Amino acid sequence: MRTCTILILLVFSLLTSGFSQEKYLCKNGHIWFYSHTPLEDIEAHNNEAASFISPTTGDLAFQVLIKSFKFKRALMEEHFNENYMESSKYPKADFKGKITNLDSVNFLKAGVYKTAVLGNLTIHNKTNKTEQNGTIEVKEGKLYLKAKFKVIPRDYDIEIPGTVRDKIAKSMEVTVDMVYEPYKK
Amino acid sequence: MMKNIILLLTVIFLVHANAPAQDVDSLLNSATSPKTDYESATFKATRIINGHSIEQMKERQLDVRIHHRFGPVNSGPYELWGLDQSNVFFGLEYGVTDWLMLGAGRTTYEKTFNGFAKFRLWRQSRGEVNMPVAISAYAGMDLFSTKWADPSHDNYFSSRLSYIFQVYVARKFTEELSLQITPSVIHKNLVPEAIDNNDIYAIGAGGRYKVTTRISFNAEYFYVIEPTISGRARKPNSLSFGFDIETGGHVFQIILTNSLQMIERGFIGETSESWQDGGIHLGFNISRVFTL
Repeated sequence: MRTCTILILLVFSLLTSGFSQEKYLCKNGHIWFYSHTPLEDIEAHNNEAASFISPTTGDLAFQVLIKSFKFKRALMEEHFNENYMESSKYPKADFKGKITNLDSVNFLKAGVYKTAVLGNLTIHNKTNKTEQNGTIEVKEGKLYLKAKFKVIPRDYDIEIPGTVRDKIAKSMEVTVDMVYEPYKK
Repeated sequence: MMKNIILLLTVIFLVHANAPAQDVDSLLNSATSPKTDYESATFKATRIINGHSIEQMKERQLDVRIHHRFGPVNSGPYELWGLDQSNVFFGLEYGVTDWLMLGAGRTTYEKTFNGFAKFRLWRQSRGEVNMPVAISAYAGMDLFSTKWADPSHDNYFSSRLSYIFQVYVARKFTEELSLQITPSVIHKNLVPEAIDNNDIYAIGAGGRYKVTTRISFNAEYFYVIEPTISGRARKPNSLSFGFDIETGGHVFQIILTNSLQMIERGFIGETSESWQDGGIHLGFNISRVFTL
């Protein structure tokens, strides 16, 4: 009886600790957005996006520093931070959610899996519920997450004044490209 | 016995299940937080009003500037309170690198050409590099090109030149409030009279308060540290107020000032009108930035 319980305990603790180590972290993810109008194309890239995936629970979290978005034009970057995102007041944007079709993603087997995600996206201190689709590729112990979706500035209380309304798109195309490595505490 | 096992299992499970949830936030925070956070946009433009601000063009940015001052308000209805008169400055200013800006311009005042280099020395920052203020330096030269009053006299080309050196010490205190101190030295190769000093020392102070994200209220003052010259009345100091209005690629500054001049040699030490006497000029600066 005693050996049996010890064995169960051992197996269980190994199992749980095994699960807890099976998390994935990305520190230098690439998130960029693109705004297209007939007058002007604007894009900005952030190569310092952080993200975390927990395959056991399906938890998915993203975080970006607004100031890390780099524009081709320095003045645009300044206005983006100063006037639109107010990045000194709201320095970060984040997403917290869950993978909803966890069953159809096998994190142990190489392949590309279609993924659906549901969660809260917070930009400019405003949170909206959002549901998006993307893919997760499992390859050589790493995860590659790709997604493309639209963000409407108005939904996040980002005001675009009349003078530049023709130059800034009503909705931004956001592309997410992350590479995760196994994360061990 | 069984109870103990269950308790133990529960504890183990809880410990394992809870730990990651707690540190996902701090984990991501530490991944995205910059080591050093540099302050930006202390002022909206490279000028507070007449004088330079701590700001400069970033690499490959070209600032096309047109400044304009009307005549003094006290010139009366015949001159439409100054609006009949027009004084301009236009300049091209370019960011060679993020820390070096070169500029050249021309202004109505004594038909003067000017050229300068502005260097960013330190940025205001927090974090690994902690710097409470930003510091920049300016070295400029100008050349007046009005015809000599007395051509028969020995007139040297070098007499047309003046040199300007300034240091800008600025701090963005809050998102709204920024202040700057500007120690200045001006050397003129030629002064009108023997008792006038060739070197002028002055200290400027300026600031802005953001009223909205795109509009700020600015004020600027230059105090000339004049050595006492017997028999010479002290000239007024330059005092200006204005609003910055930013519209995408333009910054529009609308100004009230007692200085007609738009170059340092002029408004520091050669301002001749005063606010008390109504020697106030309405003016504006327009800045349009192009990325080359």
